[in-house]
Amino acid sequence: METITLKINGVEVTVPKGYTILQAAHEAGIKIPTLCYLKEINEIGACRICLVEVKGSPKLAAACVFPAADGMEVYTNTPKLIENRKKTLKLILSDHNRSCLSCVRSGHCELQELCQEYGVENEGEYDGYKTPFTIDDSAPHMIRDNSKCILCRRCTAACEAYQSVAVIGANNRGFDTTIGCAFDLPLVETACVDCGQCINVCPTGALHEKESIDEVFAAINDPEKVVLVETAPAVRAGLAEEFGYPLGTDAQGRMAAALRRLNFDKVFDTVFSADLTIMEEGTEFIHRMQNGGKLPLITSCSPGWINFCEHYYPELIDNLSSCKSPQQMFGAVAKSYWAEKEGVPKENIVMVSIMPCSAKKYEYQRDDQAANGVPDVDYVLTTRELARMIKRAGIDYNALPEEEFDLPLGLGTGAGVIFGATGGVMEAALRTAVEVLTGEELPSVDFEDVRGVKAIKEATYEVAGLTVRVAVTSGLANARKLLDMVKSGEKEYDFIEIMACPGGCVNGGGQPRVKANVRNFADIRAERAKVLYSLDEANTIRKSHENPAIVEIYKDFLGEPGSELAHHLLHTTYVKKTVNKSISSTDLENF
Amino acid sequence: MMQNKEIATALTDTEFYQIQKRVALKNCGVIDPENIDEYLAMDGYMALHKVLTEMTPDDVIQVMIDSGLRGRGGAGFPTGLKWKFAKGYEAPQKYVCCNADEGDPGAFMDRSVLEGDPHVVLEAMAIAGYAIGSSQGYIYVRAEYPIAVKRLQIALQQAREYGLFGENIYGTGFNFDIDIRLGAGAFVCGEETALMTSIEGNRGEPRPRPPFPAEKGLFQSPSILNNVETWANIPQIILNGPEWFASTGTEKSKGTKVFALGGKIRHTGLVEIPMGTPLRTVIEDIGGGIPNGKKFKAAQTGGPSGGCIPASHIDVQMDYEHLAEIGSIMGSGGLIVMDEDNCMVDIAKFFLKFTVDESCGKCTPCRIGTKRMLEILEKITAGNGTLEDIDRLEELAAYIKQNALCGLGQTAPNPVLSTVRFFREEYESHIVDRHCPAQVCKELFRYVVDPDKCIGCTQCLRNCPPFAISKTDYIAEGHKLPSVTIDQEKCIKCGACIEKCKFDAISKQ
Repeated sequence: METITLKINGVEVTVPKGYTILQAAHEAGIKIPTLCYLKEINEIGACRICLVEVKGSPKLAAACVFPAADGMEVYTNTPKLIENRKKTLKLILSDHNRSCLSCVRSGHCELQELCQEYGVENEGEYDGYKTPFTIDDSAPHMIRDNSKCILCRRCTAACEAYQSVAVIGANNRGFDTTIGCAFDLPLVETACVDCGQCINVCPTGALHEKESIDEVFAAINDPEKVVLVETAPAVRAGLAEEFGYPLGTDAQGRMAAALRRLNFDKVFDTVFSADLTIMEEGTEFIHRMQNGGKLPLITSCSPGWINFCEHYYPELIDNLSSCKSPQQMFGAVAKSYWAEKEGVPKENIVMVSIMPCSAKKYEYQRDDQAANGVPDVDYVLTTRELARMIKRAGIDYNALPEEEFDLPLGLGTGAGVIFGATGGVMEAALRTAVEVLTGEELPSVDFEDVRGVKAIKEATYEVAGLTVRVAVTSGLANARKLLDMVKSGEKEYDFIEIMACPGGCVNGGGQPRVKANVRNFADIRAERAKVLYSLDEANTIRKSHENPAIVEIYKDFLGEPGSELAHHLLHTTYVKKTVNKSISSTDLENF
Repeated sequence: MMQNKEIATALTDTEFYQIQKRVALKNCGVIDPENIDEYLAMDGYMALHKVLTEMTPDDVIQVMIDSGLRGRGGAGFPTGLKWKFAKGYEAPQKYVCCNADEGDPGAFMDRSVLEGDPHVVLEAMAIAGYAIGSSQGYIYVRAEYPIAVKRLQIALQQAREYGLFGENIYGTGFNFDIDIRLGAGAFVCGEETALMTSIEGNRGEPRPRPPFPAEKGLFQSPSILNNVETWANIPQIILNGPEWFASTGTEKSKGTKVFALGGKIRHTGLVEIPMGTPLRTVIEDIGGGIPNGKKFKAAQTGGPSGGCIPASHIDVQMDYEHLAEIGSIMGSGGLIVMDEDNCMVDIAKFFLKFTVDESCGKCTPCRIGTKRMLEILEKITAGNGTLEDIDRLEELAAYIKQNALCGLGQTAPNPVLSTVRFFREEYESHIVDRHCPAQVCKELFRYVVDPDKCIGCTQCLRNCPPFAISKTDYIAEGHKLPSVTIDQEKCIKCGACIEKCKFDAISKQ
């Protein structure tokens, strides 16, 4: 590899050719502040906070995009630069809603952090006219408060580059620029898929989920109610970050303990219903393979992906697995199987779901998600909201013991837990499908081909005389590429796993936000996925069909996978959605 | 237009044209722009023939370098060098772009070339295509120039019909064609990376450089962008040789420059002068001086990116270096003359308001910084300024120049900086005396009636939009009717009264 050597603040550093000044500085242990920069997706040099001096150049260079060169001498912290950065921050503050005390982002806001680092004292120095703003709370999952937007464009970049959805962009220009949808439509009227990747990359409190914390506390405090909680696999791979732990910290035991201390009546686990999904979806797959059904079968766990399919690929709706997502399956069996078993009236059960996802806040409100005549799920909280609940309840996370989930619906396998990482559903399905088809025990349960953060993963397996061609992708921009290849006939598969968020649920729109100065130099997807694969490896049961609680629910209640009752409780249907709900093509022509 | 009493025999004999030297505007007004034959009769497409049949691409670039031609869009980058860089990058497709998004207030040099001599741009772009190895050009022209667009389309069509555009031009195997793209009226799209982003179909916003367009420009391919006037010089340089071109102008600024002369000047219009011509010659000789016996106060060059040249510098040579030395720029050629009735704070406010409106909103310093500067200027012109505000203006200006992403932001403070530099006392007068010396800033002067001159005709009263004028009881000696008075609370300073008064009874104070 060709390298270059340069000096940054007098420190000599050798880096690969092609590195930017920012990357080279990182190698030299020098932090250059950034606001708009997001590696690979938002390299626009817009905020101007990262400007540095390059010896011999009359102009300042934006470190985030300026290529480092051999022999270059860079200065990143001269008095002039610090003065400039202070001015940039003060100017941003002059058009910023500074209600920081109560802001959801206070304490881990990237703008606030820089203001503290740079000692911005007179925050109102440049106060003047403020850009007119709107608060868009039309979508089921999130709120955009443009009074806190700093126009870094990270959200629009995420929407476009990660997801190829691009329903948000810059409207107006100059001082009146705001982020919004085309024609300033409310988000709910666009083809937004509710994935929440925009929330994850926002440096301030301009974007955040719609909170349901108060409602959940109220339910817990209602003596009439039996409040059950389920936690998605990926939540345990992220929650600890909210309490200051590094990326890739396992929070499973403490999370269970915290939920119990929050006074949930039962602390269950969505991993159980992930296993249930494998039983249903695996059976559906085998059935389609053996009976000439619609192939490829495409997974349906990710509501962001379901939204995307319904909006942009309605012709593939028949390819979707009819299985509800694990979240919804859980609620459906909790309010039937568990309710009957425990003698609790289903109307008294409040099902709370903790998810790494913002689209789940939409999913539980979909039609056909009330199998027992009552909603399968009553409230969905993100990982971030759970952390806020723990803090609000005065629970010292650090002092928590590690505890187990409650039985029986808290019992999950290693196969279920890896649902939270891209490739996990496929791997879990393969573990079960292969054994069911061959009737033999797998020599190894590890399907390495479908793991990892590669954009599109492919593998072919010979199973009991059948050739099974599988593909796995995450991030909807990647999904679009894959689906276009499938549609054009360039690629043929039998089974496809698609997760809306890049890297799968571990990087979902409800997960702890990782500041740009961390995420630009680490792979969130891989770090968090490691937690899940370790849990899988440590689990004595690593195949969904071997989960005793699963065996029992089929024996005592559901009958067999794909039974009529299973279909009633655990399966659903999808609908074609128009890409734009309120603007017809005639409107566009008239415009 | 005529200064002499004698009758001129030709237009070119008039003083307005005598001093000018027409290179870029050579054919404008001479040929029928919608007839390719007339362009051909003026040696049209001969330069293209020459480069295709007698010269290598490197020869062409060398001629451009030797001629000393620099970009007429404002920054003055050597054209030959730009081409050389673009030629140096290998790529399956390169692009030649023409910046016809002329946006400076009052400037219409490029429009005149496009409307009067569209083929010269096409021919020059084909020459550049040959030089850098490109077969595709784009002309980015503002949609507000419908005649220019129409004539470009006609010219392209005719050139294609004659085999001078398209495939295998002059049988040499060289292919070149051009597409026209209409700009939707954003000033920032005159900035090269924003222009390219706009051609690509995206929101017209500048991109950070490097990579420079010569390496990764339009569609991430090596590209060059030149301004209309630059293109208009090129065929003649090829035909007459670089020495011919370099014989005009100064050591570092070769050739001629077209200015759109406007403002408080007798003869307005486009003037093309050798580089280095003193400003005084343009104003006093070509322009015929200031009308109405007023005094020359300043000239503004470079539009919203430029600065004001005060009367004390009227002998400045009009070229890249000398204009930069006194804090202005050549710019694309806007030249607005101002007399003693112009308030320099107001002028600064006008240009800054323009850039605030036209900022794309991408980078922080330009989006918020220029707005805050404008607010300070508004405060000063409203009579609420403090002396510290001048310091704050200078401080913000220096910051924006250093920190903004693109040329628009980096030059936006120039009109403020140059007026503060040369007309500081005018700023101070607004602040300390609460007085606008030129009586332009509405908050800082009033209209008053001299009751002894007022004959009570009530012309003013009847034309006052807010009904701020009323009759008094006072009848001046020798008059039959009572005089009027102006209610300052109601007055909106529109000036309708002073216009209607035939008796000099109303004045600004």
